[in-house]
Amino acid sequence: MPQLDTGDTAWVLTASALVLFMTPGLAFFYGGMVRSKNVLAMLMQNFFAMGIVTVLWVLVGYSLAFGAGSSSGLIGNFDYVGLKDLTNAMSGTIPTLAFVGFQLTFAVITPALITGAIADRMRWSAWVGFITLWSLVVYLPVAHWVFSPAGWLFKRGALDFAGGTVVHVNAGAAALALVLILGRRKNWPGEPMPPHSLPLTLLGTGILWFGWFGFNAGSALAANAVAAQAFLNTFVAAAAAMLGWLIVERLKSGHATTLGAASGAVAGLVAITPCAGFVGGLAPIAIGFAAGAVCFLAVSLKFRFKYDDSLDVVAVHLVGGILGSILLGLFADKSVNPAGHDGVFFGGEWNALGEQVLAVAVVLVFSFVVAAAIGYALKAILPGGIRVSEDDEDTGLDLTQHSETGYALERV
Amino acid sequence: MKLITAIIKPHKLEEVKDAVQNLGVKGLTVTDARGFGRQGGHTEVYRGAEYEIAFVPKVRLEIVADDPDVDRIVESLLATARTGKIGDGKVWVVPVETAYRIRTGEVGPDAI
Repeated sequence: MPQLDTGDTAWVLTASALVLFMTPGLAFFYGGMVRSKNVLAMLMQNFFAMGIVTVLWVLVGYSLAFGAGSSSGLIGNFDYVGLKDLTNAMSGTIPTLAFVGFQLTFAVITPALITGAIADRMRWSAWVGFITLWSLVVYLPVAHWVFSPAGWLFKRGALDFAGGTVVHVNAGAAALALVLILGRRKNWPGEPMPPHSLPLTLLGTGILWFGWFGFNAGSALAANAVAAQAFLNTFVAAAAAMLGWLIVERLKSGHATTLGAASGAVAGLVAITPCAGFVGGLAPIAIGFAAGAVCFLAVSLKFRFKYDDSLDVVAVHLVGGILGSILLGLFADKSVNPAGHDGVFFGGEWNALGEQVLAVAVVLVFSFVVAAAIGYALKAILPGGIRVSEDDEDTGLDLTQHSETGYALERV
Repeated sequence: MKLITAIIKPHKLEEVKDAVQNLGVKGLTVTDARGFGRQGGHTEVYRGAEYEIAFVPKVRLEIVADDPDVDRIVESLLATARTGKIGDGKVWVVPVETAYRIRTGEVGPDAI
């Protein structure tokens, strides 16, 4: 039995708390961008992820994602249902329960990312159904494929340090499917629906950036040099992406905006996620800068193809996740992390890049198709469908779905 | 008695308040307002998408005054609220039949 390392254990426990904090951070990032009549509904969809996914994770989630499973590597097993037999187990140099907690925080934030796309119009009960089913049927298998050493994409050699495919491509593809089924918000894009509080959005961005150190550097699962490299890469990519977004935004639309600074930083954090512990040197500047510029340009896709991805989950998470996962095939450097391999720029094989493309494509298609199936099924089964009535959409989700008001400043 | 209503630029509020207070005005009511006039609205840009914001934020100011004081108050409003740029706002005056002070029950100009 491997020896427990107190430093590693302390870092992974700390990192887990950091990653959990990202979900409320995401809630505020999104919450500031919706209109004030929908702010609580947005916060609630995110906060609820911390409730439902946590319970599912303990009951079956961890076991299905990280149980050894069959040789096919498609799904785990039921060995650890209810976290059975894990009390004194070890995973490398840390207690398995620390790993369970760390991975739980990833399972929580991934479906929460989807909420930005479906803002202002999904029924609360439909969201409860969707997040439950999607977590079980999509997140768990994909986490097994990519993160578990028994998973088939892991075994093929696809690299994903902290979740470029499992978290961002996965959530982004599901978001796109759900947007297409839900339809556009009433009067979009004709009617202006500007953010009600960009200060909240910037506060949320700060929390996300802070928590992302746990997300990426924690994924080293040890307090070591790879963690330090991942920490710095995370920092630098977010900064470079902010610059990339702002430069393109200034050139294309005349102003450098606070929402642009926030969105750019998040795009950089997304793109560096798969790369964080596998690249070094100036790579995070290149990856971040590219993410900022490309994700800004990707926002215009929704206007061209008329899908109402309300808060740009596709442009930031799907596009950013794809970009980071593929750039990893170019920038990976084995001298940074012997567990990885060299990318094309470091003398690596082109087929390593091919494995990155394959992993992205498989996760994208699987998540899109199954999310669409869940969406259509809920639409057919739920008595009220998955979308609120036009009246409720006009009134706002806070009052109609939760019987609350976000800002009661006018009341004595 | 007359009701003087003014729609002015929000940043002019303090200056206007000081000016009319110096003329002896004992009270006024302020409301946040939105609207458009010749100034029209403005454009905001979010993630590269431009939104036309039709209604511009203004402040609506209401003063009830006794007839002899009205002209001086209006002159003062016009002078202090003016920047000379489009969007300075409007002032209008309408007759008031009577007025009451709730605490004392005073009626008419005494209630102002």
